Amino acid sequence: MSAAVAPVTPAAGRPAGPVVRLEDLHVAYGRSRRDARPAVRGISLEVAPGEVVALVGESGSGKSSTAHAVLGLLPASGHVTGGRIEVDGLDVTRAPDRVRRRQRGSVLGLVPQDPGLGLDPTLRVGVQVAEVVRRRGVPRAAVGAEVLVALADAGVDDPELRARQYPHELSGGLRQRVLIALALAGHPRLLVADEPTSALDVTVQRRILDHLEHLVAERGIGLLVITHDLAVAADRADRVLVLSQGRVVEQGPPAQLLVRPEQEYTRRLLAAAPGLVVPGLVVPGSVAPETPGTRTRLVVRHATPDDATAGSTAAEPVLRLHDVTVDFPQPGRPALRALDGVGLAVPRGRTLAVVGESGSGKTTALRVALGLQPVTGGRVELDGRDVTDASWAAWRPLRRRVQLVHQNPFAALDPRFTVEESVTEPLVSFRLGGRAERRQRARELLDRVGLPAAHLSRLPAELSGGQRQRVAIARALAVGPELLLLDEPVSALDVSVQAQVLALLADLQADLGVSYLFVSHDLAVVAEVAHRVAVLRRGRLVEEGPAGQVLHAPADPYTAELLDAVPGGRHAAAVAALAGAGAGVGVGA
Amino acid sequence: MTAVVVDGPAAGAVAGPAPGPTSGLVSGAARVARGAGLGRYVAGRVAQALVVLWAAWTATFAILWLLPSDPLALLLSANNVEVDSLSPAELAAAQARYGLDQPVLVQYGRMLGDALHGDLGVSITKNVPVTQLLAERLPGTLQLSGLAVLLALAGGLTVAWLAAWVRWRPAKVLLSRLPSAGVAFPSFWVGLLLIQVFAFTLGWFPSTGDEGPAALVLPAVTMAIPTSAVFAQVLTRSLEDTLAQPWITTARATGLSRAGAQARHALRNAALPTLTILGLLVGGTVTGAIVTETVFARQGVGMLAQEAVLSQDVPVVQAVVVLAAAAFVLVNLLVDLLYPLLDPRISHAVRTPAARTPAARTSSPRTSAARTRRRPS
Amino acid sequence: MTLALTRPAPAVASGDEGLLTDGPDGPDGDEGRRRGRRRPLEGRAARRATTARLLLRRPGFLVALAFVVLVVVSALAPGLFTSADPYATAPIDKLLPPGPGHPFGTDELGRDLFSRVLHGGLLTVQAVGLALVLALVVGLTLGVVAGFVGGWVDAVVMRAVDVLLAIPGLLLALAIVTAIGYGTVPVAVAVGIGIVPGFARTTRAEVLRVRTLPYVEAARTGGASWGRVLLRHVLPNSWGPVAVLAVLDLGAAVIAVAALSFLGFGAAPPAAEWGTLISTGRSYLVTSPWLSLLPGVFVGLLVLGLNHVARTLEEVQR
Repeated sequence: MSAAVAPVTPAAGRPAGPVVRLEDLHVAYGRSRRDARPAVRGISLEVAPGEVVALVGESGSGKSSTAHAVLGLLPASGHVTGGRIEVDGLDVTRAPDRVRRRQRGSVLGLVPQDPGLGLDPTLRVGVQVAEVVRRRGVPRAAVGAEVLVALADAGVDDPELRARQYPHELSGGLRQRVLIALALAGHPRLLVADEPTSALDVTVQRRILDHLEHLVAERGIGLLVITHDLAVAADRADRVLVLSQGRVVEQGPPAQLLVRPEQEYTRRLLAAAPGLVVPGLVVPGSVAPETPGTRTRLVVRHATPDDATAGSTAAEPVLRLHDVTVDFPQPGRPALRALDGVGLAVPRGRTLAVVGESGSGKTTALRVALGLQPVTGGRVELDGRDVTDASWAAWRPLRRRVQLVHQNPFAALDPRFTVEESVTEPLVSFRLGGRAERRQRARELLDRVGLPAAHLSRLPAELSGGQRQRVAIARALAVGPELLLLDEPVSALDVSVQAQVLALLADLQADLGVSYLFVSHDLAVVAEVAHRVAVLRRGRLVEEGPAGQVLHAPADPYTAELLDAVPGGRHAAAVAALAGAGAGVGVGA
Repeated sequence: MTAVVVDGPAAGAVAGPAPGPTSGLVSGAARVARGAGLGRYVAGRVAQALVVLWAAWTATFAILWLLPSDPLALLLSANNVEVDSLSPAELAAAQARYGLDQPVLVQYGRMLGDALHGDLGVSITKNVPVTQLLAERLPGTLQLSGLAVLLALAGGLTVAWLAAWVRWRPAKVLLSRLPSAGVAFPSFWVGLLLIQVFAFTLGWFPSTGDEGPAALVLPAVTMAIPTSAVFAQVLTRSLEDTLAQPWITTARATGLSRAGAQARHALRNAALPTLTILGLLVGGTVTGAIVTETVFARQGVGMLAQEAVLSQDVPVVQAVVVLAAAAFVLVNLLVDLLYPLLDPRISHAVRTPAARTPAARTSSPRTSAARTRRRPS
Repeated sequence: MTLALTRPAPAVASGDEGLLTDGPDGPDGDEGRRRGRRRPLEGRAARRATTARLLLRRPGFLVALAFVVLVVVSALAPGLFTSADPYATAPIDKLLPPGPGHPFGTDELGRDLFSRVLHGGLLTVQAVGLALVLALVVGLTLGVVAGFVGGWVDAVVMRAVDVLLAIPGLLLALAIVTAIGYGTVPVAVAVGIGIVPGFARTTRAEVLRVRTLPYVEAARTGGASWGRVLLRHVLPNSWGPVAVLAVLDLGAAVIAVAALSFLGFGAAPPAAEWGTLISTGRSYLVTSPWLSLLPGVFVGLLVLGLNHVARTLEEVQR
């Protein structure tokens, strides 16, 4: 679906030039020019009708600032400090808001980041869309019909019902579609999509992206996608711009850029991106799925089951959930069944990954394993010991064996505790060691997770996200547990940091023999760490087995659907074709 | 009492359909009972309001009749009789006359029964039924309070709207600091200042008294200033939080102007949390009436309260306190019943009071803890 | 595995790390350590220094704080600022307008108003201090117990607080004054009880908020007892908003004490709280407006100062 292939159908009487052209754009934040912090330092790009351009970068790369500058919606502290913004052939760099406002909606549409907060919660969906339709100059009598058209265009099912509903009555995917309808209602010629799907489940994400792509092809709308996800960009864009620290590092069509990157940064970003590893571009230690019947191109690190995971004959699992059921009572309604007869076992020294979309019960399973969530039915065994209804006092000695690493590294550390205090807190709680020993242990632990001892006196606010997650892991390791419960441990981190933390977890497992219960929504991440994979859906166990088997030859159609929805697939196929033609290139990290 | 738990618009906004335990800010009592019918909901609210009113009456009874070591001495001294000067027989007679020879619970039951029948007792100093006194004094105070509340809402709304809309920094700072001054200066002093300027110096309005509508202006303004200042502070904060929400960006991206987005999408959302302090503000006007009517020498309920406290006229004090509580309870009941109509996200949530919580304090610490901050990337 | 070990800038609180700084081939660990050493301050000290710098950069805060401190000092030791006797009558000098010798003028008995305001300050500071201590002790205890214990204890405490909230503060104070009599201590008790519900609510809300945070759960799963969690995690992290509320309530208490004394329920003459001064000055409003207005300005500025301090503290905490 490149610009050359898709028929470009600009609106009548419009020049066929780019809808948006940025020349050497500079954006800075700050109250005055003097203390301005630059966010964008010289970005140039063009988006033509019918073209999909992706801006890819990690947090702080300036990608969102660029999008907001294009729309003229920088926050009050943000200024365009240099360069030129052309929209629709018009220089609007210094244009007053009056001029920019006329372009918003009619020339430029925005599909915002978070569908949960993007819609006014107190107005019906139809009213919000109607507002935009009316501003287009549609006569009053025709507004209602146009609203339904806009909703239908965005792929909203049953538009008449949805128009009467409030945003909170819709699912995340539907809200995202309503946001697309809002953007489309003004008949824009360019959509700026700011992380349009990063808050959605992977299967929903795929459907939304398919729909956006379809709109571009059908109507010749330009699409500027802002994303942190290289795989999304690789699959969907005609052109990819890789941003770092406000500058374009490299750009080009994905088939070229992501296969033969010229810049070191792109290469590293690529190597760190799970799900983009493709046949022919092999990461050491992985096995390429070339056997017949393989469903995906995900490279599974532990593809061949080893002795410890081969069968039930191996050592007793660290943790075993037998037929566990959990109900959440709801006043006035039947109880919500979060887990329904789920059985899991974490093999000793290995990783069991629990995968599922939101509402699958994966977090509840983890809380059950931690003894924080009482079960309605079933049994929980730790080291062969029944701990199902153990009291807090009975659990307490067991806490030394099971520790938790929380999803959000920004909330997992007490902001008032120094790193040393955080790391040694479990030692203090269990009255282990004296002052000097604890301090020594804290140094060892920091060293273990790859942080210098100098960080001991720091506060969490002085650490980056990845460093905080390392501290959280060090804290969990302090009392020498046998089992770590990892609740989406890398989902809040940038992709490169994510790769490092995953590598750290693998090292720790190899050195210390800890077992992991790894909860995640991200199959690409799971492929990197899991020995065994359990797939949950709406509280039920769909499938469980060795990682290589589940991820390469899933037995259940739902697992297959999840795997298919992982972004990067198309790109992989394209590259595989290239590789088949003898153009395989290795990407070194 | 009841009030929707709203800790900044963000908290409400994220309170999506997610089941299970939500944020710790939301009171444990905040359960959504969608199954309950509207009738049952209204009946429940009314019953709850009555319970609070009863509890407030009981608390007042406890303070006024149980706290002092010797209520008899209090009653007699209000009639200028020294307890020491009475013989034991006279004392016993006096005790019997006020019913103080009976056990406390009996006294409590008798008075509660009387109050339920509309008998609030007899003023000790004036020897008139308290209900009759209230009936005489209430109309003037209602007029004054009504006007004051209207002025306060109009003034507060204007200041908050401008503070959020204006972009020129000095003006913005001035407008957002203005309410602080309105809260800081005691209202009786503001009243005196107004009298000095507008009655004595300019001669536009009468300085005291309750003759005619002109006499209503200065006291109403006096009462409105602190109320509007609190209102403006809460609303400004709320508006700014709401304007930072992503849906405002969405609205502006469809071509809506800044003022348009503020009017269409921000004000309505921002006004919701301020609704929960309305009861507090109206309750506060009763307090304001005490001071204001004293300053402007108006014969209203507030003045009555001041006189009653000075002469330790216990039945009258009790009646005024319960009256103020009733005003608070009534307004909160109305807000409770209206809230689900204004905020579609809350069907029939059991509410806990916002009242003198931080949100009401205006400079609420971390009202918007849940606010999502978007950093430019 | 090589790591970039340091990200010295404390501003990176939200995951602001890219490949160039945290990547395997980013600036190597040695450089990071060197940078780390060059920073003179780290951890708590750095945090305190940053807070101090933030506060010092706000001239309004310094002025407000200076005025509040000045008022408190002058109330505790009025002799430092005036040598005039607040009770010495001088009929010849009665109702003098403000001027040299009498910065605030004189009253109907020729007493120096400035001196009377300063000496009246002691009574107010005592009453407000007592009220706040009472409110803090009772309100904090109720809030912490309700928020931390939860269950029916929480329900009972909060319903009681709700009932107290239903009675407007000043009226509650008036009822209490009616019951236990006039004077500085009863007024302080009455005002203090009026503040309790607000404290209880805010404290409870904060305790509930912090209680559910991941780091509290981490401490619990790390084997910490509830007592330790309460003392080391919940209380320190709930304290900020409560402290802000305490400063705000100081201002509210000043106004309430002034209002009660204005209505005639304060200390007995000739001692005069600020409200009493304003009240007695009313009779001379036409001829000598400063008698009422100047003490009022004084009260207003004090409350304004307190509110500004509270507001700044809150902004700095964010």
